[in-house]
Amino acid sequence: MTLHPTRRNFLRSSAAIASATLFPLPALAQAAPRVIVVGGGFGGATVARQIKAIDPKFHVTLVESSATFTACPLSNAVIGGLRDLKAQQFGYDKVRAAGVNVVIGTAIGVNTGSRTVRLTDATLPYDRLVLAPGIDIRWDGLPGYNEAASAKMPHAWRAGDQTTLLRSQLEAMEDGGLVVMSAPANPFRCPPGPYERASLIAHYLKTKKPKSKLIVLDAKDQFSKQRLFQNAWKELYPDHLEWVSLSSGGKVTSVDPATNTLTTEFGKHVAKVANVIPPQKAGRIADLAGVTNQTGWVPIDPMTFESRQIPGIHVIGDATIAGAMPKSAFAANSQGKACAAAVAKLLTGAKPPEPKLINTCYSLVAPDYGISVAGVYVPANGMLAEVQGSGGVSPLDAPRDVRVTEATYAEAWFRTITSEVFG
Amino acid sequence: MKALSAIAVAALVIYPGVVLAASDAPPGAASCSGCHATNAAVESPVPRIHGRNANEIVTAMAAFRTGALPSTVMGRIAKGFTDEEMHPIAAWLAAQK
Repeated sequence: MTLHPTRRNFLRSSAAIASATLFPLPALAQAAPRVIVVGGGFGGATVARQIKAIDPKFHVTLVESSATFTACPLSNAVIGGLRDLKAQQFGYDKVRAAGVNVVIGTAIGVNTGSRTVRLTDATLPYDRLVLAPGIDIRWDGLPGYNEAASAKMPHAWRAGDQTTLLRSQLEAMEDGGLVVMSAPANPFRCPPGPYERASLIAHYLKTKKPKSKLIVLDAKDQFSKQRLFQNAWKELYPDHLEWVSLSSGGKVTSVDPATNTLTTEFGKHVAKVANVIPPQKAGRIADLAGVTNQTGWVPIDPMTFESRQIPGIHVIGDATIAGAMPKSAFAANSQGKACAAAVAKLLTGAKPPEPKLINTCYSLVAPDYGISVAGVYVPANGMLAEVQGSGGVSPLDAPRDVRVTEATYAEAWFRTITSEVFG
Repeated sequence: MKALSAIAVAALVIYPGVVLAASDAPPGAASCSGCHATNAAVESPVPRIHGRNANEIVTAMAAFRTGALPSTVMGRIAKGFTDEEMHPIAAWLAAQK
């Protein structure tokens, strides 16, 4: 008898199961998977929108401390006087319109046991957490340099007020003044960034303050797009830009903001304008969540971007140890898309797909002179590795019109990616 | 009976199971929109590829890979994808608006 349920009984029990699943309504609302994303930059805003786009039933909350995002890519053009800071700034209205719950607030803790994120005035539960915190300055990484010193010797490595400060110092400087920049050892946000900045400062000096000069003190002997930059410097800025490598004594060992002095193992440089690009680490919430290792950065599983240290927390962008993939906005965007696909699968009990990622990064050497690096990446041996034979930099022997084209592509790329992420 | 059917339909709508396969981008495909705009309002000299004929995309990528079609970054990116990988990517791109 019990082995042969009547049709009526069968319908009754199905209805009961359906009712139990559907009602009461508050329980249903609770049942939708909750994703919290911390950090609303190129990685965070992307992953939030993508998860919502993959399945609107997911509850996605984006926590970001600033109502206005200031983009780093092309901010060197602001420093060089070629661009307004406003062109770098974006709000979150369109992210909200895409169905993401945007909370302007600061995440100050993660409870991995109860799976909650603590803000200053709220506690939010999650099923999966994505951290996209970018970088923090390692305030103990360079003797003499701290937060107060950055008001005198700006780093301008997180765009915004620091960008404006460095620009205004360059503008206020008299012709003939010495500008000194220090570049850190690897790893740091935007590997070609210091050299693009050096180029655009040199361009400003050459065109507006021709008796001035920029010295770049470097803690490295090699850097991204090096031969392209150095060839261009020789051609464009022979009298305005001097690069001092690690082996030539370029490593800055301490700074003194009172006298604007940068000290290396070989001597002292007193600057009229000093731009100190200090050592960095993953953004603070990564530390608070316990996903950083002894390097200060975050080891991740390249298949899913899930933390190697704490399950249920995914990390993307500049904060991660991503193998061959550089810390760039394009990489963060590409990782955001791959991470969204993985998180959506994991939340529905499915197997995440194996990702394939791309990076493309343009640098301006002058307003009409662009160079690029590109790469394609796949998980290999627990890291992200470049696909053999792919990628590389602009040709060294390219004619000038190619440099002009790449400069226009650099700006088009910025319009395109910011439209996708914030528009 | 009517009420029961309504519940059954509601259950189907609310619980579609896993994420729809149609929305799943093949590996690498989602990254294209970092440079190739999907928003018609964006001014860019970079060609639109979403909604484009799949065969054209596969052919162009093969030509970028060999250098038969000159490019700035596309040759370097095309070398990271085989023809076999490009077919589903091109089909996915073609299906996007």
